[in-house]
Amino acid sequence: MNARETTLSVIRTLWPWGLFVAVTALWTFGRISDDFTFGLRAGENLQGFLVEMALVLPPMFLLVGLFEVWVPRELVERHVGRRAGAAAIPWMVLLATVQAGPLYAAFPVAASLWRRGCAPRNVFIYLGAFSAMKIPMLTFEVAFLGWRFSLSRTLITLPVFIVASLVMEKLLPNDFVLPMAQDAPRAKQGIP
Amino acid sequence: MTSLWIMTGVALLASLVTDRRKTRASLAKGLKMLCGVLPLLLGMLAIVSLVLASVTPRMLQHVLAGSGPLPFFTALGIGSIALMPGFIAYPLAGILQEQGTSAPVLAAFITSLMMVGVLTLPIEARFFGWRVSLLRNGLALVGAVLVAAGMAWVLR
Repeated sequence: MNARETTLSVIRTLWPWGLFVAVTALWTFGRISDDFTFGLRAGENLQGFLVEMALVLPPMFLLVGLFEVWVPRELVERHVGRRAGAAAIPWMVLLATVQAGPLYAAFPVAASLWRRGCAPRNVFIYLGAFSAMKIPMLTFEVAFLGWRFSLSRTLITLPVFIVASLVMEKLLPNDFVLPMAQDAPRAKQGIP
Repeated sequence: MTSLWIMTGVALLASLVTDRRKTRASLAKGLKMLCGVLPLLLGMLAIVSLVLASVTPRMLQHVLAGSGPLPFFTALGIGSIALMPGFIAYPLAGILQEQGTSAPVLAAFITSLMMVGVLTLPIEARFFGWRVSLLRNGLALVGAVLVAAGMAWVLR
């Protein structure tokens, strides 16, 4: 590895921590100065995000781990696989609505389902339901925007993302293989 | 949030009772995946908090108010880029509604906010690859336009 590659790889591993320190520094500066609310707001935002992440990500990844070890591939394929019918849709929506958190928390679950034989369209239906129709969020929406708005939005969104998911599956080649997120670093080090 | 923890707890307990070794394997698996994306996630969230801090609710009210195509496209643009937890987004949307932002513009904002994530694209690509991620986000953006159109039609 030459010097340039080393520098690049150091930057690649350190940039998130650098940014984290930078936001913390801005926040600290905001605390001690009178008119630097930008730093304060940035720090408070980050704190909110980190709390949300700490609340949601550990159970999601635990569930993914349990799912991969316990649920047999045949079961997934039979109920939500490529040959499964429309009955898979309520299953995906139900799975999504009982979970919580920002969309990025659903990615590991979705990727894991896909690798275990879930049809791409059902994976996207899961992601769509997760982002747009979670029950806890719906109560929030009703409180601030009213029944009329929330109900119409939800009922319009449901068919839209189901159709989008079907289109999505059509757009992907049949032999499309997912990159393995957790195996990427291992492959880079050259260990089989 | 609580339901998620309860569900996970019950599943974990059932697994532990049934087979200790399998439980340990699944924990290791989950933990390894989590550690793999954690740094990237931290960096993303730091960027998002900086972006969000530079946009104030008053600025949003200003650009999203009124009628015509401009507030609509602005709503789509901001919604696609920003990443907001629901407890910030819905109160904000409530304020915007009171200030006279129209329902289609609000729907475009909320839908793109939830379904399109430009800033989280690197994380999404980590799991699905760039091709799937770009396609999904593109289609979600089209979906947000359709939802807004539907809202305009229903709530006319």
